[in-house]
Amino acid sequence: MAKYSIQVNNKTHEVDALEDMPLLWVLRDILGLRGTKFGCGRALCGACTVHLNGTAVRSCSLPVSAVGDGKITTIEGLAENGDHPLQQAWEKLVVPQCGYCQTGQIMNAAALLQSNPHPSEDEIEGAMQGNLCRCGTYNRIKAAILSVATA
Amino acid sequence: MKIPASFDGKTDASSTEIFKASRRDFLKIGGLFSGGLALGVSLFSCNEKGEKTATLAPNVYLTISSAGDITLIAHRSEMGQGIRTSLPLVIADELGADWSKVKIVQAEGDEKKYGNQNTDGSFSIRMFYKPMREAGATARLLLLQAAANRWKVSVTECDTQNSQVIHTTSGKKLDFGELVEEAQKLPVPAAANIKLKDPGRFTMIGKATPIVDLHDIVSGQAVFGIDAFAEGMKIAVIKRCPVVGGSVKSFDDKKALAVPGVLKVIPIKGPGLPATLSKPLSGVAVIAENTWAAIKGRDLLEVQWDLGPNATYSSAEDIARLTKEVARAGTVRRNRGDFAAAKAGAKKVIEHTYIAPYLAHATLEPPCALAVVKDGRCEVWACTQNPQGARDILAETLGIPVDKVKINITLLGGAFGRKSKPDFMLEAALLAKESGLPVKVQWTREDDLHHDYFHALSVQRVVATLDAQNKLTGWNHHIAYPSISATEDQSVVQPSDGELGLGATDFPYQVPAIRIETHDAPAHLRIGWLRSVRNIPQAFAVATMMDEVAEARGVDPVANALELLGEDRNLTFEQEMGKGKYPNYGESITDYPWEVARMKAVIQRVAKEAGWGKKLPKGSGLGFAAHKSFLTYVACIVEVRVEAGNKIVIPHVHYAVDCGTAVNTDRIRSQFEGGAQFSASLALKSAITVKNGQVEQNNFDGYQLIRMPESPKEIHVHIMENQAKPTGIGEPPVPPFTPALCNAIYAATGKRIYTLPIDLKG
Ligand code: FES
Ligand code: FES
Repeated sequence: MAKYSIQVNNKTHEVDALEDMPLLWVLRDILGLRGTKFGCGRALCGACTVHLNGTAVRSCSLPVSAVGDGKITTIEGLAENGDHPLQQAWEKLVVPQCGYCQTGQIMNAAALLQSNPHPSEDEIEGAMQGNLCRCGTYNRIKAAILSVATA
Repeated sequence: MKIPASFDGKTDASSTEIFKASRRDFLKIGGLFSGGLALGVSLFSCNEKGEKTATLAPNVYLTISSAGDITLIAHRSEMGQGIRTSLPLVIADELGADWSKVKIVQAEGDEKKYGNQNTDGSFSIRMFYKPMREAGATARLLLLQAAANRWKVSVTECDTQNSQVIHTTSGKKLDFGELVEEAQKLPVPAAANIKLKDPGRFTMIGKATPIVDLHDIVSGQAVFGIDAFAEGMKIAVIKRCPVVGGSVKSFDDKKALAVPGVLKVIPIKGPGLPATLSKPLSGVAVIAENTWAAIKGRDLLEVQWDLGPNATYSSAEDIARLTKEVARAGTVRRNRGDFAAAKAGAKKVIEHTYIAPYLAHATLEPPCALAVVKDGRCEVWACTQNPQGARDILAETLGIPVDKVKINITLLGGAFGRKSKPDFMLEAALLAKESGLPVKVQWTREDDLHHDYFHALSVQRVVATLDAQNKLTGWNHHIAYPSISATEDQSVVQPSDGELGLGATDFPYQVPAIRIETHDAPAHLRIGWLRSVRNIPQAFAVATMMDEVAEARGVDPVANALELLGEDRNLTFEQEMGKGKYPNYGESITDYPWEVARMKAVIQRVAKEAGWGKKLPKGSGLGFAAHKSFLTYVACIVEVRVEAGNKIVIPHVHYAVDCGTAVNTDRIRSQFEGGAQFSASLALKSAITVKNGQVEQNNFDGYQLIRMPESPKEIHVHIMENQAKPTGIGEPPVPPFTPALCNAIYAATGKRIYTLPIDLKG
């Protein structure tokens, strides 16, 4: 066990954790930020996606000891009131079905738009392929991202 | 644990009774109610004379407070199908309510209070559409009466709109909230006096309504099973016996207990064989302060297993054995005419064997449940489709009365039938009892794929015979797969009537000779039901063979289906199967007939919308399939393009659907969009294989699902305008997509598909 000081959603948190504990479980079990989901634990589904210094990372596969003083953003910190343009687009197009994958999808899409504000359809598909949706909301996800990217 | 009546048995005809709910009723259900109008909706089954025989759903509650807030206690589990939105909107529409003032409260699992909550078999809307309308209409009439009394006018001059009663001649208005106290004092009008809205005046039914949980979901506030939380909660992760029916011989927990944060290690006794549809598997649980410590501890456990009789089981060998088995004569389950004679007189015989693998549900949220067991009570929070089934078995297992067990239903992060089994809830409760701690059991993805209640593998052989005039004279369908029932009773080695009724024995085409035969296939895994169940393999075999039949006859596949469906009429199957052997999804065939006209209409519609018959460039093709399931008629046309390296691209999918009255068109569309993707996964990607009794896939690298780049691109859903009784939409999109895709691949490449998942290289 070791002590880590990590920056999450613009706040510093002191956590006591095993050094190999993935950031996912630090967020969910220690900090109570449960909007970030667990789907595979092996960077295969994207449900656990958060931002590290603005880049999408799979928190299930990022040990807390590797976070350092990087800035973490979770779905809870993406926008005050949950009104990021992507979140609004998601609501407008009624993207979710069960909803479980959607916070990871939104975080991944937000990072994409930050690095590439006007992605093509192919670029969206490429960037989103790591995010599984078992309910099959892919086309609405793509439409929601496109609606923001072309706005 | 019972198999849902919706596909394996009978449900009774039901009627509704609306009653005024008292404060006592609300105390009983622990609901908040501090005045206003409160109605209970009771569903009861009745005999042919309409006499009440048993109460099915005593209490779905509708309340309107003096502030005008409308609350519906929703009693069905939400797993992405939108039921928490679609049932309440029916009430709101009948009532003339302002939708933004309608709140939905999730009911706990309690059969006495809420009736059947088993959210399975695509039947929530089918069962509750009418009662919801009647509840809304009753509340409306009470409010109209209260307003009419106050204004001293006739009720017929009053109407409701936007949560107000309006006096249509003077334009006077009163808010619902101002009328509720008076309305509550009025007697509940007799059922005969309740007038339902004319469908032409619907404001929400038949339109698109966004789901109520939308904002919570996109902002990360929605509470799924994995998010359940209790003070002092610990996490358990379990190492389960890798072979079904095996058990723990001994274990060494030294290394596990050395992991910081690990608190306890507790063995769980399994049922052995049969594995049952409810009980946990034999295993050893690690309870820890957090999920990571529990996972680490679990991985360090050293367990000696007694693997039991399934330890030599191989799915590849099973398929080889069943392939031989279906080549023989089997048990005849439906017979019309004389197939042997048809075959003897045939000019052409087409015969193929169809193989489909085991599938796992792979809900993106793996199973998980939180339990607190204290002072002779048990409270559980879980993503469950079947809270009551779980409640009963929890009470039985813990040895406490049912009313001491409380089940709280969270949102479900996908379910598809997996979360109708309570095994994970039992694990949590047993560990909570044993440890004296609040325990959340968390399944990892590996656990989920290794220990699912699998969709069974299947081998089928279909023989079709044509005479000299190219008429289809005979249809012989051989079927072999382990039955769901075998999970409870190992002596069951053949499919049940219920399973066969999902797309095999309800073969609707006019063929003079039909013989459907089944073969022995013992179960070696826990077999369960996956979205649309046996319709998946059965539609695959039937609808791809129909495409070959059309080709052999020299007839276009759509024209072939329309011709072979024959005259508009209602089909029955029992006379060729035996009385009571065709379950019709638990409904009587009189109430929900098999209407040829409706099937033909969806076929004609989809052909028109998809531009069936249009010329496509080389390497592209259209494929067609029609399949009725869960009482909903669906026809599907898939467009495929096969690119270099056998890359399959699906630019368009067209569905025409007749699900009776469309309640929420947006959720119908989304279920079809998702259903196509779900079917695309199993058609193109997914397979569970078993060696030495153990599942070979561990995570989403081995058990693959469709991802965005390869997913079907544009999914067009054409909803038939219809006033018929509404039927389900969760499962019916899945079965026809896969055979339509296979038929499209044939049109594009000339290659027929007989094995799933599709492998164009093979
Ligand atoms: S849980 Fe991290 S990628 Fe699946
Ligand atoms: S909405 Fe259910 S997994 Fe994506």
